[in-house]
Amino acid sequence: MDYIDPHIHMVSRITDDYETLAKMGCVAMSEPAFWAGFDRCSVDGFRDYFRQLTEIEPKRAAQYGLQHFCWLCINAKEAENVSLSREVIAMIPEFLDKPNVLGIGEIGLNKNTKNEATVFVEHLELAVKYDQQILIHTPHLEDKYQGTRMILDMLCDDRRIDRSRVLVDHVEEHTVRPVLEEGFWAGMTLYPTTKCTPQRACDIIEMYGGERLLVNSAGDWGPSKPTAVPDFILEMRRRRHPESLIRKIVYENPVAFFSQSQNFTFQPRDESRGAGVSPALK
Amino acid sequence: MQAPLSAPEILNREFLEMRCKILDLAAAFDRLGRADGTAADDPRVTRIREALTLVLEEPEGRAEQVQMLFSRAYDDGWREAFKVKPR
Repeated sequence: MDYIDPHIHMVSRITDDYETLAKMGCVAMSEPAFWAGFDRCSVDGFRDYFRQLTEIEPKRAAQYGLQHFCWLCINAKEAENVSLSREVIAMIPEFLDKPNVLGIGEIGLNKNTKNEATVFVEHLELAVKYDQQILIHTPHLEDKYQGTRMILDMLCDDRRIDRSRVLVDHVEEHTVRPVLEEGFWAGMTLYPTTKCTPQRACDIIEMYGGERLLVNSAGDWGPSKPTAVPDFILEMRRRRHPESLIRKIVYENPVAFFSQSQNFTFQPRDESRGAGVSPALK
Repeated sequence: MQAPLSAPEILNREFLEMRCKILDLAAAFDRLGRADGTAADDPRVTRIREALTLVLEEPEGRAEQVQMLFSRAYDDGWREAFKVKPR
């Protein structure tokens, strides 16, 4: 089955992973900007990173017929440094016209601090000013519930935000309901020990249905599995869910959400006659 | 949405996995007990014990309630504390 991984950090993965993903049915991916495992010390560090996301990764992906899209921001962890965050936010518009940029993300909270909230709101201003879609990181483990509620407060406070253009990621059993009830899209991240397992993601689909829900691997430099979406597909099949429902979650929903970005020039496999063409190579 | 599998089918499929997870947990408690020192007063151990009670006693929504047990509380007055103004 063709699928799209809506959240994966390919800068942290080897080229063999692109090949494996292509063999497993992946046809496109979106890569949010995130924490590299260390704090960068200048705005130029982020400028180089954004070049990697907008120039280098699309070419690596295209070698295997994969279409690569991305999101730009300073992540919640480094947002604790407000002055650096403001420099990065001021620099981001340099990249918004690059052909694979879908919007602002993954912004959010990490430890739910005042500085993180300040930078989150300033990212929202940037997204509104440039009419960008938004992809949101919700915190880890014990901070997730509190942080998700704070994020929803900030989003719902701002009447300029179009909720159908916002994806709130890393939802779990205790956060999926308020995200969907407020009209946002929700993403489930499939991780080995934290976030959702493929089995629990299937449970959530059975409880909430398939509307405005996505699944992703969030494969990165930590314990994670870039082929987690096929694991989810297999689990859904083992439970005898119809192929139409599985395809909706792993393919049609990402296409529907991303299509709200003018840069989502995705070409389905049959229309592109084999290998997809990355927008960066056109 | 109804789960396509019946309860007996789910049990047939998952019994060994559930048995394995309980054994892992039992062995982890044994490991804690055999080790030098004690972690009995650690609030994390208390929460794990509370979570086990939830799993056994709650009729539904167990996963969500276990998640909440391991979560920090949300205070809707946070915006005033942080001086974050609504747009």
